[in-house]
Formats: sequence, structure tokens, C-alpha cells
Amino acid sequence: MGKKDSTYEAYAKERRENRRKSRRDFFHRLAKNKGAVVGMVMIIILILVAIFADVIAPWDSVVKQNALIRLQAPSAEHWFGTDTYGRDVFARVIHGSRISLLIGVGSAAFCLIVGGFFGAATAYFGGRFDDIVMRFMDMVMAIPATLLALSIVAALGTNMVNLVLAISISYTPRFVRLVRSAVLPQVGMDYVEAAKAAGSGNLRIIFKDIIPNAIGPIIVETTQSLSNMILEASGLSYIGMGVQPPNPEWGAMLSEAREVMRTYPYLITIPGIFIIITALSFNLFGDGLRDAIDPRLKT
Amino acid sequence: MLKYVGKRFLALIPIALGIALIIFSIMELTPGDPARLILGPDATAEAVEQYREEKGLNDPFFTRFFNYVYNAVTKLDFGVSYRTQKPVYNEIFSRLPTSLKLAMVSMAFAVLIGIPLGVYSAMHQYSFLDQILRVVSMFFIAVPPFWYAMILMLIFALNLHWLPTSGSSKWSCFVLPMLTLGMPYGGKFLRITRSTMLEVIRQDYITTAKAKGVPQRVITRKHALKNALLPVITTVATSFGGLLGGAIITESVFNMNGLGSLIVLSIKLKDTPTVMAAVILLAIIFSLLMLIVDLVYAFIDPRIKAKYAKT
Repeated sequence: MGKKDSTYEAYAKERRENRRKSRRDFFHRLAKNKGAVVGMVMIIILILVAIFADVIAPWDSVVKQNALIRLQAPSAEHWFGTDTYGRDVFARVIHGSRISLLIGVGSAAFCLIVGGFFGAATAYFGGRFDDIVMRFMDMVMAIPATLLALSIVAALGTNMVNLVLAISISYTPRFVRLVRSAVLPQVGMDYVEAAKAAGSGNLRIIFKDIIPNAIGPIIVETTQSLSNMILEASGLSYIGMGVQPPNPEWGAMLSEAREVMRTYPYLITIPGIFIIITALSFNLFGDGLRDAIDPRLKT
Repeated sequence: MLKYVGKRFLALIPIALGIALIIFSIMELTPGDPARLILGPDATAEAVEQYREEKGLNDPFFTRFFNYVYNAVTKLDFGVSYRTQKPVYNEIFSRLPTSLKLAMVSMAFAVLIGIPLGVYSAMHQYSFLDQILRVVSMFFIAVPPFWYAMILMLIFALNLHWLPTSGSSKWSCFVLPMLTLGMPYGGKFLRITRSTMLEVIRQDYITTAKAKGVPQRVITRKHALKNALLPVITTVATSFGGLLGGAIITESVFNMNGLGSLIVLSIKLKDTPTVMAAVILLAIIFSLLMLIVDLVYAFIDPRIKAKYAKT
């Protein structure tokens, strides 16, 4: 190993130590933000509920219809009551969390991977590639997100995979732009030149140096978009273009309850509250992350 | 300056084409044979094939696309609806005013509620009202609009009978939808106005004005607000997209006769021509709105105006 390598290593080591310190400060600030902590706790609870949904409420109470016990108000036996088909609302709501989280996480993952890749690539390579991709992204962004997702689901068919795909595609341009703007200032920096001079391949530079430095705003955008994605999924399911019955998606449950909502309001208040809590948790957590990363941006 | 405005409008054309291409491509993926859909399941295979030849359905992709665009632009012919067997153009343009009204009114509501309250919130930071407003706006951002719509309907229409639940004939029909669509954005605008105002009033030039004895109201309005408004206007512009999207769902809930509910209906009935035309139209309207706001932005900020006056 020659001298050039060790200089780069020293440089990289110093940057790593700086990062470690700011990471500690970051967690400190995050813990102090009450909203963020509440959000995080709620998210963890939601994830646990989604994972253990089968344990908490068996799947057949979700789908088994029983006309005899339909439309019962919340009681000791059915904590959230029963719906228009006699299904236990509590079980449906619990399993609904699984669906919402799956859709949210799935969409976010797609956006991160695809958006992250194109964002980093356009920033790093620039030139014609950058122009073409960004033009294309502008055009996609010109189509309102809900409309685009609706069109895609309309064309491909209404199931959960297509829903995730549709929502992901609608939100990807935003991620591409964000990643690009986070990576762009890095590309000109000295340490990238140093790494190149030391012989680092392009891919190695992107993964080891650029992405760790750009990751802050990306994480914030991801959590805040998650909240919108879940709301989007509920909305599409509500108008029948999302998750199909008998799957217990919260938005779909609200749609079913619409006809009887006057006499059985609990059927819309309960799933609605769950949607709100979920979206709110991600929002609060995302806000907390943003404030912790850069206190100057505090709202 | 005028040259710049002209250039921007001209740039809309490739964007509109691009949007049309994207939507056209997406609709291409829809399974189903349009000829079969129009002629019905009883038509013979030969009749279907003949229809396809006549209408140019067997032509390559780009031929069909360019024909579509050409017809749409020159003759306003967007095809025939599978559902009504009538030209798509009629239905869409008769429903457009309702949707536009809803969007405009909701946006106006959101702006008129959000921005002033945001200013108040910033000027009286940490006051009781400020805390409440922050919580409320946070809440409204996480609320699913269709749920909120149903709750409003439950309270105001079904129980109190103050307002109608559906239709779009009287102005009162627009009140609940306006609240439904407007509140989340009102909350959003409140938050961003508040945060930008807070940033601005900490600036030195504000302190200078105060030291010079300029009355508080003048400071707030003339100096602070004008500068704070810039990011807010950007947020308002980008919210138009979400507003148009949310209008779709709101129209469904309140059974309004707008473009949004048309899109949903057409999708369910697999009426592709209508869906395509409606979506393309809405997207183009959105782009136009964004352009207008962008230009307003340029007019308001003297720095940008100066930059483009030279172009």
C-alpha cells in the first residue's frame, strides 16, 4: 500500500469521527423532542401490532361473516363492535395496520431505491443524463400524485402490489430531486477528488462517502412521505381503487361504513382514528428528525 | 420581461406533450380491446377486426399517439366515451367548472385561513392560541380528507341539517367540500407561514425598523410579511397538485358533478378515453397554474424580476 492510500484513510477517519460526534448530538436532540418521542413510540407499537396481528386477533374473525351479529355497538365481546357483515371490527382494525404498514414501507423502499439511485447518479454523472432524467421527472411531477396513482391502478388492476407500485411511482420524482440536491454539493468536494486520486472506483465513492453524508434530509423526507403514502393508500381504497375486499384496509372499511354511518358512527370513527394516529406518528417523528438533524430549521 | 413570460408559456407545450405521452402509455397497459368494448360481446371476430382497422387501432403506438394529439388539439376531439357513446369532450367540459370552482374556493379558504393565522401565531409565539393552532394544524395534516368529510357530513348535514350532503347546484353545496379540502392545506400553510415569519422577524432589518420607530403593524405587513411570503407562495403552488388530487376524493364523497368523480366513475367502468382526456386536462391545468404562480413569484421578488428583466 502506497502513501496515497494512507492519506486518504486518515482523511476518511477524521470525517468518521466527526460524524460520530454529530450522531451523538443528534440522538440527544431527538430524545428531547416530546413529539418525536411520542411518534417513535407509536410507530414501534404499530409495527409490533402489525407483526403480531395474527396473535392478537385470528384471521377468521376478520373475514368470517355472521349476519346474526351484524352492526353491534362496541361491547365486551367485540371491543370495537361489528360491521355491516357481522365481522369483528377490532380484528379488522388490527390486521389493517399490517396492510397500511406494508404499503407504506413498500412504497418508501421503492422510492428510496429507485429515487436514490437516479438522484445520486444524476448528481454524480451530470451532463446530458442529468438533463434528460430531470426533465422526465418534471413531467411526471406535473401530474398530481393522486391522479397518477389512480391512472396506474386503473391500468394495471386493483390489488396491493399495483397500489404500492402506483404510489411509489407518484412519489419517486420527489425523492430523485431530493437525493440529487443532497448529493450535488458533495460531488464537488475535495474528498471526492482525493478518493478518485487514490484510485477509488465510482461506486465505492458513492456508497462509502457520498451517501452517508447526504442521508439526513433523505431520512426526513422518507418518514414524512410515509405518512402521506399511507393516507394516499387509504384514499384510493376508499374510492374502491386500492386494496380490495375482504382485505381490512382502514380506508376500505370507512367506505363500507358510509351507508350506515348515521346510525352507527363508531364504524367510521374508529378506523379513522387509527389512520390519523398512524399518519400523525410518522409526521411527528419526521418533524422531530428534521429538527434534530438541523436545529436551525426548527418550526 | 415579456419575452421571458412568452418563453415560459411556450415551454408548456413540450411539457403538455410529455404529460400526454406518459398518460397515453399508462393507458396502453390497460387490458381489454376497445373495439370489443364498443361493439359488445356479441359482435363477430371479423366485425371487431374490421372496426380496429377502420379506427386505426392496429396502427403502431406513436401513430396512434400523434393522431390522438392532433385530433385533440385541432378538433377538440378526444374520442368517444365507451360509457355514453358520445364525444368525451362534452362531458368533460360540462363538468370542468364544478371542479375548478371547488379547487379555487378551497384554495382561497386555505390561504385566507392559514396565512393570517400563521402570521398571528408567529407574532404571538408561545401564546395560548399559538399552542392550540399548532396542535390543530398538525392534526389536520394527518387527517384523511374523506374521513373528515364524512364526519362533517354527519354533524352538519345529517344531524343538524344545515347543509346539503350532495350535488353541486347551490353554493351551499360547496361549503362542506370546501372545508374538507381546505382545512388540511390551511393547516399546512399555517405552519409554513409561521416558520418563515419566525425566521424573518429575527432578522436584523426588522430590528432596525423597530429601532427607527416604525409602528409594529407596518413592520409586520410591509417588511416581515412580504419577505416571509416567498416560501409560502412556493408551498401554495405545489399544493395545487395535491388539491386537485384531493378534489377527486372529495367529489366522490359529496357526490358532486365534477371532473374528479367523472374520473373515478370512468375508471370503474373502464372508460379509457374519458379517463385519459380528463387526467391529461387536469395535469395541464396544474402545469398552467404552477407557471402562473411562478411568474407571480418573479413579480413579487424584485431580485428575481431584475434577473429576468435582462433576459
